[in-house]
Amino acid sequence: MPVMEYIDAIRLAMKEEMELDDNVFVLGEDVGVKGGVFTTTKGLQEQFGEQRVLDTPLSESAIAGVAIGAAMYGMKPIAEMQYSDFMLPATNQIISEAAKIRYRSNNDWNCPVVIRAPIGGGIFGGLYHSQCAESIFFGTPGLKIVAPYSAYDAKGLLKAAVRDPDPVLFFENKKCYKLIKENVPEDDYIVPIGKAKVLREGTDITVIGYSLPLHFVMQAAEELESEQGISSHILDLRTLQPLDREAIIEAARKTGKVLIVHEDNKTGGVGAEVSAIIAEECLFELDAPIERLCGPDVPAMPISPPMEKFFMLNKDKVKEAMLQLALY
Amino acid sequence: MPSNKTLQDVVMPQLAESLVSATIGKWLKKPGDAVEQYEPICEVITDKVNAEIPSTLDGVMGELLAEEGQEIEVGAVICRIETASGNASSASGADSGQSAASGQTAESGGRSASVSAASIATTASGDQAQRSRYSPAVQTLAQQHGLDLRAIIGSGLGGRITRKDVLNYLENNKGSAAPQTRPAVPAPANAPFQAVSNELNAISEPVRNSGLHLSETPKIPTIEVEGGDRSEYFIDVTPIRNTIATRMRQSVSEIPHGWMMIEVDVTNLVQLRNKLKDEFRQREGVNLTYLAFLLKAVVGAIKDYPIMNSVWAVDKIIVKRDINISLAVGTEDSVMTPVIKKADQKNIAGLAREIEDLATKVRAGKLKLDDMQGGTFTVNNTGSFGSILTQPIINYPQAAILTFESIVKRPVVINDMIAVRSMANLCLSLDHRILDGVICGRFMQRVKDNMESYSLDTQVY
Repeated sequence: MPVMEYIDAIRLAMKEEMELDDNVFVLGEDVGVKGGVFTTTKGLQEQFGEQRVLDTPLSESAIAGVAIGAAMYGMKPIAEMQYSDFMLPATNQIISEAAKIRYRSNNDWNCPVVIRAPIGGGIFGGLYHSQCAESIFFGTPGLKIVAPYSAYDAKGLLKAAVRDPDPVLFFENKKCYKLIKENVPEDDYIVPIGKAKVLREGTDITVIGYSLPLHFVMQAAEELESEQGISSHILDLRTLQPLDREAIIEAARKTGKVLIVHEDNKTGGVGAEVSAIIAEECLFELDAPIERLCGPDVPAMPISPPMEKFFMLNKDKVKEAMLQLALY
Repeated sequence: MPSNKTLQDVVMPQLAESLVSATIGKWLKKPGDAVEQYEPICEVITDKVNAEIPSTLDGVMGELLAEEGQEIEVGAVICRIETASGNASSASGADSGQSAASGQTAESGGRSASVSAASIATTASGDQAQRSRYSPAVQTLAQQHGLDLRAIIGSGLGGRITRKDVLNYLENNKGSAAPQTRPAVPAPANAPFQAVSNELNAISEPVRNSGLHLSETPKIPTIEVEGGDRSEYFIDVTPIRNTIATRMRQSVSEIPHGWMMIEVDVTNLVQLRNKLKDEFRQREGVNLTYLAFLLKAVVGAIKDYPIMNSVWAVDKIIVKRDINISLAVGTEDSVMTPVIKKADQKNIAGLAREIEDLATKVRAGKLKLDDMQGGTFTVNNTGSFGSILTQPIINYPQAAILTFESIVKRPVVINDMIAVRSMANLCLSLDHRILDGVICGRFMQRVKDNMESYSLDTQVY
């Protein structure tokens, strides 16, 4: 089983699905000749030709619109938004058309589109290259949203998304692209959408999160275990919509002390919904207030290294929050 | 003078978004070299860019901490530059900002030992403000086990009793806290463990649910075909069936089909094949089929009448230079048209091999997109399922399709004598926008001539 980077796993997933199904095609800005600004689609046009790897104009509404139309016609498009920050011109197509067409047509039509968009900061990208867009789409029935943390899950979830009969937003973390390296099988496997995963078993505190911050959580958990004997139970949501309620409830009951971690800002984020589920289901098993550690409620990622460091989560911030919860 | 010199760290900068590391290509400065601010000190290689790293300050190169070819994480120190002690502040800030979160660590450090320790007595003398604040989890456990919480010492913040304190207490006081109905356990050493595991099981079951909510996420429905009654039943339309339906409908509704048929005497071909087939099978491992001979005859005729190899494009007719033969291959529930590319460059043996390869792939469901693309003329071996006459639908957007019907022995008049000959029909559907009767008649005549000119001397290689 080869060790590969998160970005390679995403590329491999697209390559495999395009080889398996002629209806799968890729479109987006600079995905063809250039192979994507992050090299996510590198080599795909050479292999599959420009009919299946389309360089589009700089118009996200057109990318989404074309992909949704093709999907409704029976194709399996993978549309790339260069950064999730640029996705907003396409929200109307995604929320009002893709998410609703099955419902609106009483099952006559469906829309098996996948929209990939890199999220997250920490790459000195500033305002327009660092946003987390998940809370904009979170809570829109009819959409599925996945946000993998591991390379293994990135491949398996993207393949599952391509095969899903309904629209899936695939939020990959651009900081994870080269940071996360692990064994990824080269065979054809999928990771089911809607299933969370326990990354680490523990008894003192429960940490629930998704995407990049779990990297810090795992490091912090390791240190807390060896330095202080604190045992952390860590749940990777993997799918944000629909949330895996059973897994969240089970993880919360495991310790009664829950910390929710994500990079998207705190107010109205995914953590608020996770927290509400736990409050609804687990009142009599809680041993501490449900805590959230998230990005600050400020308008944008600052374009200044010290301020970016202040904005971003890191291992020390996560470790401190975990320690405080353990001590409570 | 060592006293007024300081060494400043130079770190690997973030050269591009998404990069977490870069490889040192070549050092441009060696220890002892003078370095000016912004002067390149080394070359680095990454997946995205090859770049030179500029110095962040004036000074003299002190020591190199990374070797050429070594991969260095962004933010890691790659070298130290010796400066006069005055400009200490200009080194790049690798370690600023991490202190923001760690401010409270020191004050809480003293408490941390109690979390891991099984013994809890250490905190009894400290702050007890939260001593009688019980969390729902603690109260639930206390109620389940009939505990007096005043007897338990809290290890949490402000002397609070944590859920874990209760669980530890239950483990340590198993004898008195457990329900009386529990029978005596023969091996006392195992007893606490068993009791606790039972209690853990108990609390993992839902104790009570509160609040109004959907118990599961509403599923996005998938289309299922069900129903029917005694007189009928329904079959799901598979994607392939759907594609066939779409293509057929498009062809029939868009292309004005014309049709013609001729009769071919293949007696010589039958003899030729009977002579060669066993040896061919042994040597090549594939069957030498009649279809291979037909394809050779058809390809030869297309070369003479290239208009057969064309596409209607409304304001023009596009004639294809390559002759790529689509071969209709049927299975129980579908028909596919894989393509023999550049069939005009292959001999009969090569065609026979291609036919076998494609037929095997179709039956195994292993056709690739590439196998299906680029066809310019279709041949269907309808004789293989016993037909003697068919009216094929053109494989859109090609100009014509030809079928090869069953070979049957029939009495035929030759030179006013009756002979028993092996005869077969060839049928052609044509796009009447491109092709007319005369040209197709000539084409079919040429196929016929080619078929009838096979003899025992014909070479398949």
